[in-house]
Order: sequence, then C-alpha cells, then structure tokens
Amino acid sequence: MFDFHENHQLLVGTAGGIFLFLSLLIAVKPAYTVQENNAPLPGSLPANAEIRAGMNVFIEEGCVACHTQQVRNIDMDKMWGGRPGIPADYAWRQRIDNLRATPSTLGTERTGPDLTEIGERQPSETWHYLHLFNPRTVVKESIMPAHPWLFQSVATVGQYDNELTVLDEYRSGDRGHIVPTEKARQLVAYLVSLKQVDLPGGTTAPPFIAYKKASPTVGANAPGPGAATALPDGAALYTTHCQACHQANGEGLKGAFPPLKSSAVVNDANAELLVQIILQGYNAREEYAVMPAIGAKLSDSEIAAIATHERTSWGNKAAPLTADFVKKIRETVKTETTGTASR
Amino acid sequence: MKNSSIPIKRITLLTAIAGLIGPASPVLAQSTATTNVWTQPGIIGTVAVLLLVVVSVALLAIVRLARVVQQLNTQPDDEREREFEETIANLTPPQLALILERRNAMTTHLSGVELAGDSYAHDELGLVNHVTTDMHAPLVAEKKRTYHSSDVAQPLIQLVSAYLVCATFWLVFGTLVGWYVGVKFVRPDVDHLEWLSFGRLRPVHTNMVFWGWTSLAMLGLGYFVVARTGNTRLFSYRLGWVSLLLINASVIIGSICLMMGINNGGGEYREYVWPVMILFAIGLIIAFVNFYQTVARRSTGEIYISNWYMLAGLVWAITLSVIGYLPFYQNGLGETVIQGYYMHMGVGMWFMTFTLGLVYYFLPMSINKPIYSYSLGVLAFWTQLLFYSLIGTHHYVFSPLAWWLQTIAIVFSAGMFIPVLAGTTNFLMTLKGSSKHIADSYSLPFLLVGILFYFVGSVQGSMQAFRFTNLVWHFTDFNVAHSHITMYGIVAFLLWGCIYTVAPRFLGREPKQLLVGVHFWLALIGLLAYVVPLMVGGTLKGLSWMADKPFLESVVLMAPFWLWRAIGGTLMLLSHLVFAYNLYDMLLRKPVVRTSLPRLTSLAHV
Repeated sequence: MFDFHENHQLLVGTAGGIFLFLSLLIAVKPAYTVQENNAPLPGSLPANAEIRAGMNVFIEEGCVACHTQQVRNIDMDKMWGGRPGIPADYAWRQRIDNLRATPSTLGTERTGPDLTEIGERQPSETWHYLHLFNPRTVVKESIMPAHPWLFQSVATVGQYDNELTVLDEYRSGDRGHIVPTEKARQLVAYLVSLKQVDLPGGTTAPPFIAYKKASPTVGANAPGPGAATALPDGAALYTTHCQACHQANGEGLKGAFPPLKSSAVVNDANAELLVQIILQGYNAREEYAVMPAIGAKLSDSEIAAIATHERTSWGNKAAPLTADFVKKIRETVKTETTGTASR
Repeated sequence: MKNSSIPIKRITLLTAIAGLIGPASPVLAQSTATTNVWTQPGIIGTVAVLLLVVVSVALLAIVRLARVVQQLNTQPDDEREREFEETIANLTPPQLALILERRNAMTTHLSGVELAGDSYAHDELGLVNHVTTDMHAPLVAEKKRTYHSSDVAQPLIQLVSAYLVCATFWLVFGTLVGWYVGVKFVRPDVDHLEWLSFGRLRPVHTNMVFWGWTSLAMLGLGYFVVARTGNTRLFSYRLGWVSLLLINASVIIGSICLMMGINNGGGEYREYVWPVMILFAIGLIIAFVNFYQTVARRSTGEIYISNWYMLAGLVWAITLSVIGYLPFYQNGLGETVIQGYYMHMGVGMWFMTFTLGLVYYFLPMSINKPIYSYSLGVLAFWTQLLFYSLIGTHHYVFSPLAWWLQTIAIVFSAGMFIPVLAGTTNFLMTLKGSSKHIADSYSLPFLLVGILFYFVGSVQGSMQAFRFTNLVWHFTDFNVAHSHITMYGIVAFLLWGCIYTVAPRFLGREPKQLLVGVHFWLALIGLLAYVVPLMVGGTLKGLSWMADKPFLESVVLMAPFWLWRAIGGTLMLLSHLVFAYNLYDMLLRKPVVRTSLPRLTSLAHV
C-alpha cells in the first residue's frame, strides 16, 4: 500500500498533501485567525494620507532591513516602549495596493534602533530631516545610509520650506538652500507619528517577563566612594536620551540644537530651569528646534543623573543635583499645570 | 636559515587565526561576572559546534600550508649538482685512487631491458592514461582526473550547461552586490545614489543569490540527475529552456524593480512584487512537470531517493510561493505569521531539500559506491517534512504572535536534530573508508565541507531557536552569520561539489586543478572570516542590549567585526571569480579534438 518507492503519484501526492495540510494548520489558519480577531486600537490608525504615504516611502527605501517595530515582552525591550506589543497594535496594517503586500514592519534585524516609539523619543522634525539627509550630521557613529535624494537644493526658500542647516563637509559642493522634497516630508510625518497608543480603559497590557534576567547590572561606572546617593549612569543616559541632538561633546548643532557646554541655563547655580526644561520641553528660542518633554518617562534619579552629567562635563563646573531636588520640581510643575501634564 | 621560514609562516597564520577569535575572550571574561550566558545549553552547544569547524579547518590549512612550504624548501637540483662538483674538485689523491679502482666495475652494467625486451610499448586498451617524465615533486598534490562520459545526450549537456552558466553569472553578480552592501557597513558614505542605497540593494543581493544562483544551479544539476536515475531521457528539453528563461527574467526584472524602490512590502525573500514572482513560480511549475514526467517515464522500477527530494522540493516550493503571495489572510499580524513561515520554508523546503537530493546522487557517484543507507534517507525525508514545516515562527520568538505558535516552532526546531543527524550519518558513513578518494578528488572536498556544515549549521539553527538564545542573538548580526553558514557553507559548497563532479564529464574538459584548490580555500577561509566575527560581534551586541547599555554603544562595538565581514566577503567574491573561470574552462571553451590515444606519444620515451 505504501509503495512510495515505486508509485510516483502516491509519493508526490502524499508529500505535497502533508505539506499543504501542515501549512494550513501552522500558517494560514493562525494568520487568518489573528487577522479576523483583532480590531485596530483607537488612535493606532495612521491619521492621514501624508503619514500613509510616508510609510510607503519607508518601505520603498528598505528601512525595514535594519529597523524593527516590535517591543518584545522581555525586560531588555523596555527601552523601546512602555508595554509589550500586542496583535491589536498591528491590526490596522493592510495591503499597500494591488501590487504590494502588507508592509512587513515588525522586522528581523535591529542594526538601527527600534522605531516603535521614535515619534515619542524624537519628535523634532528638524532632527529627522538632518538625520535623513546624512545621519552623520547628527550621530557621528551612525552607519545608516544618507538619503540626499529625498532633498533638493533650491535658490530661494519658500515660506513653508524647512531649510536644513547643513555643514559644508556634508554637502557635495552644492551651495544652494537644502529643503526636503515631498517624500522626505511624508517620511518624517510617518516617523514622528510612530508611538505606542494607550490601551483602552480597563485593558491591562501584558507584562514584561524577566526571562532569565541577568543578575542586576552593575553600572559601568560604579559609584565612587564619595557618592552619597548612587545615581544611575548619567553619561549612558545622556547618550540614549540627549546626545542625538546635543551631541557627545555637548556643543549641539549650529542652527538646530543649542550647546550645553558653557550654557547659562545648564551652569546656573539654581538648576530649576534646567530640570523644568527636561521635564516639560522648551520652545523659547527662535533659532533652535523645539525641545520635547523627555522627562515624563524618566525617573527622578535618572533626570538628576543626566543633569549632573551635563553640569559636570565639557568644562561645565556646576554642582551635582539630587533626585529629591528633581522630585520637588516635578511636583511644582504638576501643581502649576494640573490636568494638562497628567500623563 | 631556510627552515626558519616554516615556523615564521606558521606563527603568522596562527596569530591571524587568534586575532580572528581573539575578541571573544573579553566576552568570556566579563560576562561570567554579570550574566550566566555561558552556562546556557544553546550557547555552549553552538560554540562547541563552531569551534569544531574552526579548529579543524585551521588544522587542515596549517598542514597543507606546511607541506607547500616544505616543498619550497627542498633543495633544488642545480644546487645539489653544484655541491657535487665542489666535492669532486676537492678530492684527495687516496680518495681519487679508490674511485678509479671502482671504474672498471662500473663499465659493466645492465642494459636495462634484460627483462622487458626492446620492443615498442603498445597500450591497445588505453589503460595508461597519464605518463609523466617529470620527476620533481609537484607543489600541490595531484588529483585524479575526470574523464569524458560520451553517453550523456547532447541536448541535455547544453541545457544543464546553460543553467550552470546563468547560475554562475548570478552568483558572481549577486555576491558583488552583497560585497558592496557589506562594505557600506564600514564606509556608509561610499556613494549617495538612490539605486545603490543599502536598503534597496540588500534585497537585490538576497533574492539574486536565492532565485538566480541557487535555484538555477539546483535545477540544472537536477535535470541531469532525474534523467540518469530514471535511465531515460529528459521529458522535454524545450520546457527546460522555457523554465530557464522565465526564472532569469524574474531575477532581472525583480532586481531592477527593487533598485527603483518597488518592493512587496519589505517581507524578507518575498520582496519581488507578485507580477515578477509569478514568472519564477511558473518557471518552477514547468520544471516540476518536466521532472515529474521524466520520473513517470523511468525505465527503472524504483524511484531513486534523489528524486524523492527533488520532486518534493519542487511541490513544496510551489505551494509555499502561492501561500506566501495570496493576500486573503495577510492583513494585520497575519502578514507576520506568513512571513515567518515563508522565509523559513523557502530555505528548508526548497533549497535544503532539493540540494540534499542532489547529494544523494553525486556523493555515491563520485566515490563509486552506493549510498550507505537508503532507509535513513527515507527517514530523513519524512521527518524533514513533518518537523521543518512547523518551525517558521521561531523567527518571531517573544513577538506578539501567539505563544503556542512560538512554542511549537521551538519544539520542532529541536526535533530537526533527527533529520539532520540521519542525513549527516548517512553521508559520512557513505564516505567512510574512502579517505583516499577524498584526498585524490578535487570535487569531494566541497561535498565534505558542505556535509559538515550541514550538521553544524542546522544544529546551530536549532539551538538559536531556544528562548534564551533568542534573548542574546535575536535581531543581531548573529542571524546574518547563520544564514551564510547555511546558504553558503551548506548549499553553495554542496552545489560546487556536484558541479565539479559532473561538468568535466560533459565535454571532457577539466578545470585547472590548482584553480579549483584556490576556489575551495578562498571560499572556505572567506566564509569563516565572515561568520566567526559576526557571531562574536552579534553576541557582544546582544549582551550589551541585555545590560541596558545605550543603543549607540552596540553600533560602535560592531565596527571591527563589520570590517572582518568585509574582508571575508572579499575573499568569497574572489573565489567566485575563480569558480566562474573554472566553469568557463569546463563548459565554454572549445573542446579539444580528442585523438583515440591522447597522450601516448610520450610512452615511447619510457
């Protein structure tokens, strides 16, 4: 009966049949189930056509080869989002058009950072334009490709153009005004729109699992004998949260991000304003891009560590801050703007 | 003074190897303090398996190199002659007298033909096929020659040759692209052209070497095997050519589309949009009909095991393309379920399956004895089908996909030990006792390396699926290393072994043995220089993430490993150029006019 070695019809039929059956079981059926049983979360849908177009540019340029968009349910992914991703986060994804399939945005490689919350982490359009034009203008160590074809050089800058202040070393001989093309604007609109949406009331997010978590990491710069209250590693936090704009040398970027080196605000004996800016963001200076409120997601001691790092590096010689000081200011800020800054 | 060069060269080589592995030691030292990574079975196993390869290749390379150096250092003849003359000139009178005394005895000597007679040497049966009067030892060992088999149908030769030539073109071009994107990790600003940007070229590389090189080479060799093992002619040469045309068209159009930014949503290995991929799928369907009908017309009773693998590989690949491209269940996270399934099945159910089928034919053929166990081959076949089909989701461990899907994928990944062990055992037992064959052949070393990597790469892949190893390695360059171990170390090496076995028989033209050796060593050392640093770097990267270090640190720490990758890639690319020349030598140069007794003229001098 099972004379596979003599009956080619039976052999091919059986091998093909079993494979088809297993494929339906392990791929098609689960795919269909997950597609049908998940509704998009309120607010997770790309809000407008420009953002959708931006996602298509993201796909065209092959960004998914290096950037994931999935926060896994393990401790180490906490840095990429407030909660693990759930199927509903992706439920809005559809075929792009008749030609192109659903964008494969989860990704399989993290050569560059995860982008699930890039809009939260880096809301500055100016930064994104500079970064796309040539990543090394803002992140010296980056190996991301430059995308100059998303920009054009014009003789006169229009009223709504975001002109880029590009250093000569990153221009290829061209002295015109560099402005983003429509594609760049769409792509940046997409990027700054990326953030995890809150789960609807009553739903709790799945927990991060401490999967065989390595024993608590001993910070690279173990607290010296003099440090009364051990703050986290300020330099590392600065790298993660501030360096992309203010740069490793604290000098910022001319025409885009202000220097912290010998800055009056940073070195002020009364650090109230500095902490306030970290907590609430800042938009008081015409000549620079807007500073987002990055403090909302940082703890008091983390903010204290960052501020201390800023106040004692690059020749700055101001006194260190304590977590208590940050806590006090956070409370003041909260009472001043009750309601608006509840998040 | 001369002999001192041996140790020097050995030391240089050793330091080079140590430099390659060296960066691993800080990991070992530092991580034991903070984590218990090195007590994890998945990681210990992977490291052990990898060390096995690296150490054995290093040993082999050293032995070979030492032999070459030794050859170089043996005194040349003229130098010995000069020494002799000096000795003569300095002889003392008593010594001279002794020699003169012996002269008488020396005048009487045998003519040398007392036993043989002086008739002319005849070799009517053509038993003597290589006569050498050069008594100097050659620099590299001489390998056995392959001879023209006159019983291969001319149209089949043309068809298979066309497949192999096209495949090799895509290999060279595809690795050139791969090499260039590898260089971009080291020099990201090497160009600023949108058609050549990293994001667009990466899928050009992967798809080109998948569908252009690997698929065409497999199919071309498959046509030969299916006709041979069925003891019949190929069902249709015409269909073979149509298939070749369609697949080539698909790769050309697909690559241009990708460079223009037209891709199918970015899912790995299905970046070609459907109107392009459908050309490939139709090509496969036509090839399937051709294989199936040839098997149906076999004049042998049984279906040889190779055909099991090849027919099944074709059916599975067709099923897979259809499921991967049908849109009805691919919105939302459905896309991701299918993506994991598609990209893994593509490798396992198409490339691996079909290539294993080829090995079941070419391995026994090249050592002229049957496969060790037919039943083990059958066991491996069915277990491959049952286990491999279920493991696609192991690319998405800890993702929002259902936990049970992930668990099944991990469990059956471990189950893959069974077909892998069955296959490896079968091949190695077939080779057992044939070490002389391997040493004497220029094609068997490729097959042997492919078989060893089949074991190493597959076992490593299984262990990479475990949950803990996913913590460290997922999303890192470790995956890139793994895919090169499998698609290159296993599949490409096996295909080269098959090609070097069969192609010289077509026209009776052999490649230059030295160049086959150059191809082999460049490819092997290039591959190791590529994968080992990426694995070490990938591990460091994963550990850095687990320690919540700033992301940028993990980019900076990779720089030296990416440089090694570019170096390894360069060696691989060079080896492919050599291979392309060898293929040209075997298939495209005008065949030499064969006299009935090609080299016997020299016999007269014996």
